[in-house]
Amino acid sequence: MVQYSTARLDASFAALSDATRRGVLEQLGRSEASISELADKFHMTLTGMKKHVGVLEQAGLVTTEKVGRVRTCRLGRLGLEDEAAWIEGRRQIWTARFEALDEVVEALKRKEEDDGLSRG
Amino acid sequence: MGYRVGDGRTAVERRSERELVVTRIFDAPVRLVFDAWSQAELFKLWWAPKSNPVPLLSCEMDVRTGGGYRLTFGHDAANSMAFFGKYLEVTPQQRIVWTNDEGGEGAVTTVTFEEVDGRTRLTMQELYPSKEALDESFVGMEHAAPEQFAQLDELLATLGASV
Repeated sequence: MVQYSTARLDASFAALSDATRRGVLEQLGRSEASISELADKFHMTLTGMKKHVGVLEQAGLVTTEKVGRVRTCRLGRLGLEDEAAWIEGRRQIWTARFEALDEVVEALKRKEEDDGLSRG
Repeated sequence: MGYRVGDGRTAVERRSERELVVTRIFDAPVRLVFDAWSQAELFKLWWAPKSNPVPLLSCEMDVRTGGGYRLTFGHDAANSMAFFGKYLEVTPQQRIVWTNDEGGEGAVTTVTFEEVDGRTRLTMQELYPSKEALDESFVGMEHAAPEQFAQLDELLATLGASV
């Protein structure tokens, strides 16, 4: 079972909000690359690129593997992201519906209590 | 299969290729929650929440085994969409099972109510005839996903194509 939380989805969208990170994803879509290759390509310091890759990695969009002194980056499990979006759409509907249902049963509860009081 | 997402109160799980399960605890006894599901005047207060872009125009429900229902959504009668089906099983304060007959491959929906310490544990299961029917199922009256998901889909499609 793969567990998705809204926090994880938020992480995905935060990761995608940055143009450099989107560029890195496109680059990795063409082929895997080391962090220093990515830093060169995007005219960035190694430290700066490490940060971007870290954000993408945390969001599950990129995986990295260190062999010797080189950290290689690849695209993460994109197919699962589609699945997450699909189920998140459903969760939003049911959350909204059930919040409205909470209000209805709260009103019923209050009415019952008031009726009980007026009978007693 | 078996993807699951939850915010602590509402858990949504794709339990199998053809099955979606939503669970939620309500802070009220089963008799009240069951009333809210089985009486049209209560049901229509929450089934189409205010955030719903399309209002509920009418709601007819004959909640007993063999009975039917018909919900109409829309801004006016000329531009409306009906959802209808029949109740396969109604066991008061325990279970409601209904069909969704408006489309070709509609789900059978089973809602069960369990009382736990004065609260209600509600389980809603939608069982579709095929994987494709669930993948493409209509999500209430809403557009299937907010704009950000559409954007994500687009980006992922671009990336997927370039792999």
